[in-house]
Order: sequence, then structure tokens, then C-alpha cells
Amino acid sequence: MISNVAGFETYLTDYDRALLEGEEGPAAQMAMRILHRMLPVYGVDRFMDISAAHIDSTVYMGVATMEYAERLASLGAKVRVPSTLNVSGVDEHGWEEWEVPAEVAGNAIRQMKAYEAMGCIPTWTCAPYQTEHAPVFGQQIAAGESNVIGYYNSVIGARTERYPDLLDICAAITGRVPAAGLHLDEGRAGTALLRLKGVPRALQEDDAFYPVLGHLLGRKASDGIPVVEGMEVQPNLDQLKAICAGGASAGAIALFHLVGITPEAPTVNAAFKGRVPEQVMEIGMTELKEAYRELSTSKGQKLDLVVMGSPHFSITEFKALAPLVAGKKCHPDVEFLVTCSRAVRMIAEHVGLLGPIEAFGAKITVDTCPLTSPMLPARIKHLMTNSAKYAYYSPGLLNVAVTYGRLSDCVQSAVTGRIEREEGLWSEL
Amino acid sequence: MERIVKGKTIIEGEASGIALASTEPVSFWGGYDQVTGEIIDRRHPLSGQMAAGRILVLPYTRGSSTSTAILLESVRADVAPAGIITDRADVFLALASVVAGEMYESSFPMVAVDRGDFESIQSGDQIRIDASGQIHIQNDEH
Repeated sequence: MISNVAGFETYLTDYDRALLEGEEGPAAQMAMRILHRMLPVYGVDRFMDISAAHIDSTVYMGVATMEYAERLASLGAKVRVPSTLNVSGVDEHGWEEWEVPAEVAGNAIRQMKAYEAMGCIPTWTCAPYQTEHAPVFGQQIAAGESNVIGYYNSVIGARTERYPDLLDICAAITGRVPAAGLHLDEGRAGTALLRLKGVPRALQEDDAFYPVLGHLLGRKASDGIPVVEGMEVQPNLDQLKAICAGGASAGAIALFHLVGITPEAPTVNAAFKGRVPEQVMEIGMTELKEAYRELSTSKGQKLDLVVMGSPHFSITEFKALAPLVAGKKCHPDVEFLVTCSRAVRMIAEHVGLLGPIEAFGAKITVDTCPLTSPMLPARIKHLMTNSAKYAYYSPGLLNVAVTYGRLSDCVQSAVTGRIEREEGLWSEL
Repeated sequence: MERIVKGKTIIEGEASGIALASTEPVSFWGGYDQVTGEIIDRRHPLSGQMAAGRILVLPYTRGSSTSTAILLESVRADVAPAGIITDRADVFLALASVVAGEMYESSFPMVAVDRGDFESIQSGDQIRIDASGQIHIQNDEH
């Protein structure tokens, strides 16, 4: 059926039309009405099916985000495809240990309950790809949350556009998205070629390399699709996750290709789908060191908080952290916070990884993180992290000075109570 | 004198106000105060300016998926821009207007114009967006 929206012709299936006319209830009608109005903004005239969603609308930003969720839930909304939930505005069962205002916590929990009532899977994590609900290669998805979008597209080869909050849930309720952009073969070709040159293998084996590489992709490729040639090391999944988070913070990278590593880039030519790169750049130590420096804003050695887990910590990251802190004590003036999902915390606890970490003096927050929950005490002014995303957003959102360092540097600094970094290859010219 | 720029209507509607213009994109998450309507991205040229009730002229929004939610919050708090002019169809900003219409019957118009026209609009210009998507610009200096 041809329909008209804002002077633009669109082609709707019988199913789309039924939703739009309210035959599937008022919630599906509202979701389809919003999607339908957005079709011309996407510049396409039809929808396509998805088979999963990841909902970032869960983040509590104020009364309006809560009212939106409750409106949909009260109209009887049910998601039509398996839909994981991103972080919320509070740790539902642990917020009172921190400084979250009770009113915010109450509203954020109401918002959480509304999304759970719609039938979503209560994963409450920004690393849903490290749960049993990870999608598969080629799967069509609607995902919100920028690092998740990057990971699904780049590391798994699943297909999602960059969905804004509030629209991801409409896609989940209807099972439909505009047939645009990264959902389509032609939207997935690389735009910029970045050649690594003179980047020692030892640096590529360092955990600190991956967040920096992500940050640099965001800086250099902005909202394009960067293709990186010249990686000598096969990164693990946590390292790939770190690239996604860095690229989606400093830029709007929704898809990148690592030649010989990520699934749609067996060769440079395949990554560009035979097209000529719009841009070719060399990435050497100069560019990497500049990106490394950009991730820190602190001048001195003062330290109030070490935070890790953006995106949420995985079980393998807990396995790396536990032996580093075993038998040590966090300095009494320093808070040490790890953010992860409920499920990962439970596994870490059951396999004995949490014991040494809590004995060290670290705290675990689930469901959320300090960027989306007003949980930190005002005295925290100097923060250290191994995450490019925490490093990028903390100065603006939390009004703190930040230092970026690898996992072992973060632990060492927490013990001594002042920022210490093993600069290694990052300092040599 | 008044001149008229013809744009592409992204979200229909009428609005008038004084332009607040920059060629730098902004991320609303961490960049727009949803309680006061101030631009708070301290690296942005419009940092410290109040966008509430103005015609905000920005090429597009940058960064996080959460920008839409921030703009919706600002509509509810009555500190959103009166209208937005961009140089492309920005789904993050447009969605906020669509949902504000659904939730609060308070959508705001958005018009996309080509790059030359975009750069011709200056902060301080008196702007009126009419129902057909035409932008009427009054600038005392001309």
C-alpha cells in the first residue's frame, strides 16, 4: 500500500498498515506512527524486518524518559523480537550505597519496570554481546548505545543502524526498521583506509593500545567507516570491545573493519567492496601517542577514584583483575569501582573471583555506571580509568580530571594512592 | 531587510525566534542543559549561550544515542529551542520533535538547508520558519 507522510510517498506492507491503523493495539500503533513519521527523515520509503533489538531508551535522563516508557507500557506494549536492555539510571538493588538522590532512584526504577513489563530481557548491560543473547553474523537488529552498535556491526557482522534512544523500543515493538544505511550491503563499505605503520608488535600486544586505537578511529574517521590495515596481533574480544567504545565516544563510529580480523574484511578490497577509499591515512606512533595523551586531562598525581567497566566488565576482565589485586589493599583515600552486569557479577562471585577483588577494597556496581547514574560523591575530582569511554566523557559529565592508564597501572595507583603509569613504549620517540 | 531561504522540511511547523548559530555539531548528551536550556559543551563555540526559545542553527548532532532523550526532556521542561535548522536530515533531533508531539503535543519545526544557505545564517538574525518550510531571515546589518 502506498501511503503519504509529510508529503513523502511510502510503501507499507499489510502488516505495517495494520499496525498503523491500530489493529494490533494502541502501543504498536504509537510505535509505528513514530517510525512511519521518521521514514522520510531516513530518506527511504519502506521498512524491513529485524529479529532482535537492544534498547538504550532505558537510560534515565529525567521525567520525560520515564513518562515515555510508562506511556508505552500502559498502552500494553510488548516487544515482538528478543530485546536486551542497556544500562538504567541506577543499580536497582545497590543504589543506596552511593549518593543517588532517592527521587531519581525511584523514577529510574519505575522506568526499568516499564521496560521489563514490555517483555524485554533484563540484561541491564552495555555489553550485551558478552551474554548468551549475542546476535549472529548477518542478523538484522535495532540497537541503541553506541559501543553496542559498533560491536554488533564490526566484530560480529550483525547489522544495525545507529538508533537513537526512544526509537529502538519502537523497532522492538513493531519488529520493523527503516530499510536504510548499515542494514544494507552497500551501506557497509569502508570509507577511509588507515594504514598502521611502524607500530611495534609489543605495543599491539599491550592492553593500553586498543582504547587508544578506538579513540583515534573516532578522531580520524568521525562518522565514516574506517578500515585498519596492518594489525599484527589478533585482538581478543575485550580488546575489540575497547576499540568500539573509544571510536563511538570520540567519533560516531558505527562500523569499522580490521583487515584480516573482523568478519567483513578478509582483504582491503573486500572491506571497501571494491570501491576506492575516500581517504587514505598513515597511522604511526606520533598519531597514537597524541591520542594516548588526549585521553588524559589530569596534571598531577592526585587520585580519588579508579573506575573500570565501560563497557561493562566481562568475566575475562575479572579474571585479569583478580590476580593483580590479590593480597593487596586499595589506599584508604581512593575508591575503586568496577561496573558490570548482574549476570557477570554472579558468575564472578560463583567462581571465586569477587573474593580477592572485594578484599582489596573494590566495590561493584551493576545495572548502570557513573556516567548514567548520579552516584558519585562530590569529593571525587580526580579519576583514573583503563576505559577510553570513561576517559572521554568523565571531564564533561562528571566535572573531574581524568587519567587514562592500563589495568595494572590503575591497580598500582589505587594501592599507592597517587597516579602512576608505566609509560613503556608510549614514552619513546 | 528580509530574505527568504527555501529549505527541506524535516518536521513541519511554524516558529519564530533569534538565531543561535554554529557550524560545529553538538552532542546534546553532556552538551545541552535540559533544565536551563544552556549549551554546556565547554569545547563548543556556543558554550554558555541559552538555546531555549531560540532558533538553533547547527549542522547536525554528534555522539551519543542519548541526545534525543535530552532534547525531549528539554521540551518537557519548556527550555527547548523554538525550532532547529540543520544542513542535513538529522534523525536524532527529528525524533525528539516527533516524540514531543506524541507525548506533549509540543513538536518543534526542523528545516534542512544546503550548506551555503546554512552558513549565511548568523547568530542574532531574526528568523521565522513558516508552515511551508520557508525561512524568513531579518538582519539589520544588511
